[in-house]
Amino acid sequence: MKHLLILGAGTAGTMVANRLRRSLDEAEWRITVVDPDEVHYYQPGFLFIPFGIYTKADVMKPRRNFIPRGVDLIVSSVDVIEPEQRRVRLSNDGRYLSYDFLVIATGAQIRPDQTPGLMEHEWRRTIFDFYTLDGALALAQHLRSWKGGRLVVNVVDNPIKCPVAPLEFLMLADWFFHEQGIRERVELVYATPLSGAFTKPIAARLLGDLLERKGIHVVPDFMVEHVDPDARKLVSYDEQVVEYDLLVTVPLNMGAEVIGKSGLGDDLNFVPVDKHTFLSPRYDNVFVLGDAAALPTSKAGSVAHFAVECFVENFIRYVDGLEMTRLFDGHANCFIESGFGKALLIDFNYTTEPLPGLYPLPGVGPLTLLQESEANHWGKLMFRWMYWNVLLKGKELPLPALMSMAGKQLVG
Amino acid sequence: MFAQASAKTAEYAGKIVHVNEEGFLLDPTEWSPDIAVEIAKEEGIAELTPLHWQVIDFCRKHAVNGRSPTLRQITSGTGISTKEMFSLFPKGPAKKVARIAGLGKPEGCV
Ligand SMILES: Cc1cc2nc3c(=O)[nH]c(=O)nc-3n(C[C@H](O)[C@H](O)[C@H](O)COP(=O)(O)OP(=O)(O)OC[C@H]3O[C@@H](n4cnc5c(N)ncnc54)[C@H](O)[C@@H]3O)c2cc1C
Repeated sequence: MKHLLILGAGTAGTMVANRLRRSLDEAEWRITVVDPDEVHYYQPGFLFIPFGIYTKADVMKPRRNFIPRGVDLIVSSVDVIEPEQRRVRLSNDGRYLSYDFLVIATGAQIRPDQTPGLMEHEWRRTIFDFYTLDGALALAQHLRSWKGGRLVVNVVDNPIKCPVAPLEFLMLADWFFHEQGIRERVELVYATPLSGAFTKPIAARLLGDLLERKGIHVVPDFMVEHVDPDARKLVSYDEQVVEYDLLVTVPLNMGAEVIGKSGLGDDLNFVPVDKHTFLSPRYDNVFVLGDAAALPTSKAGSVAHFAVECFVENFIRYVDGLEMTRLFDGHANCFIESGFGKALLIDFNYTTEPLPGLYPLPGVGPLTLLQESEANHWGKLMFRWMYWNVLLKGKELPLPALMSMAGKQLVG
Repeated sequence: MFAQASAKTAEYAGKIVHVNEEGFLLDPTEWSPDIAVEIAKEEGIAELTPLHWQVIDFCRKHAVNGRSPTLRQITSGTGISTKEMFSLFPKGPAKKVARIAGLGKPEGCV
């Protein structure tokens, strides 16, 4: 009997468990998933909570509901991985679990402790995050009675999960304060270490224009060194100062601590892997999927989904000694909420940056790439249903895993 | 690494090199220290000191697939602090040194 062990039952781990349980013979393969948290969170939904669009109940479900029969779920954290011994140690009872193949899918977590001043006495009083459920709920409570002032969104460093989420937050805030009738009393500022609104040039320009039209001011090349919670200011490494009344931080994102402790990660605890197959270059029985991997594409659920699709096909060949032939191209597909019931969509991969056009059908859409439309907004809201009912359970989505150039416009 | 179709050329130190739309060299082998001096001037750095060169050399040595290391990799690899990096290469140090060193932007930016 062979044993496949999956660390982390988030977006990637859950999809892998579902898909591989269907493909691997139960008489030959045991599958175990380990995760410390009984609850599965729909993280993209955290974005909507501060504005009262989603509640807690919309984004939480028992993790067990998504783990198929024939897969063991162990509720515990893993505190060390020993790839030479082909085993991991559970934190709850110190027991070791051996494996033949390991899938690491422990995601990325925010680390506000890494920036001086963030997690002190003003944490969740004038300083909030929306990358955790608790943070998003606290911010929702705060915004209900906030009278206006200067709201600054600051990204501490890249990479972050869902690199468009800070932009979406600002555009939803613009809409929210309009509805509250206090938009003219609110200044919206985006302080980012990037030199523009986004990483890739064409999207950066188009998104930058959109922010400007919405009266959102971008402070580029701003790399925060510390926060002064009493003076309410962000101070950068080159001593620029950005003042705020309300700070919404996207703290440093890091991989799980167990990665660093086990000597598997880079300086942010992300694990280097082959970008087409997710196989570790050091251990031929270890794969890393989702946000945990150090890959030059976005850390996003959509990426995890396309990646898992390729990985599963490869894995059932790989264990039979065959070559891996479904090479992942870095495909990412992200909705960008822009407020007032509209959204944009971007679709890109390792080599093609986000371009304008129509998706998924050329000339038809119905979704518009890099342009606002109501269809995109409905797409984004529908995505929550798809996530719980289709994606996690590892069912097929009618979208190709690899990126297609059909419908994209080449702009100069 | 994007849109090879829009590749342009530029002239530095009497040599024609291929650059992308943001002015990054597309081929690290076309680079030379003289080119670095001229790109540095464009980036507002009048003179490259030994400390600048230490960083440039580190990036050239640790580039992966022609891409420069991230700021975090540079600071932990050279022992030069983030603050110093900002005074050596003002504004976006990782991006600035990548361009001067004839490399692509660090992969962290996705
Ligand atoms: C605010 C926000 C908005 C987002 N919006 C979007 C969006 O619009 N579209 C999109 O595609 N993506 C979006 N994302 C990103 C998306 O949620 C993640 O990319 C996706 O969940 C990654 O899946 P994963 O399986 O790699 O990690 P996760 O789903 O985070 O799962 C990691 C799991 O590992 C477990 N774990 C951690 N440490 C250990 C350990 N030591 N031992 C065992 N288990 C461990 C955790 O408990 C967790 O369950 C958003 C994220 C945030 C925070």
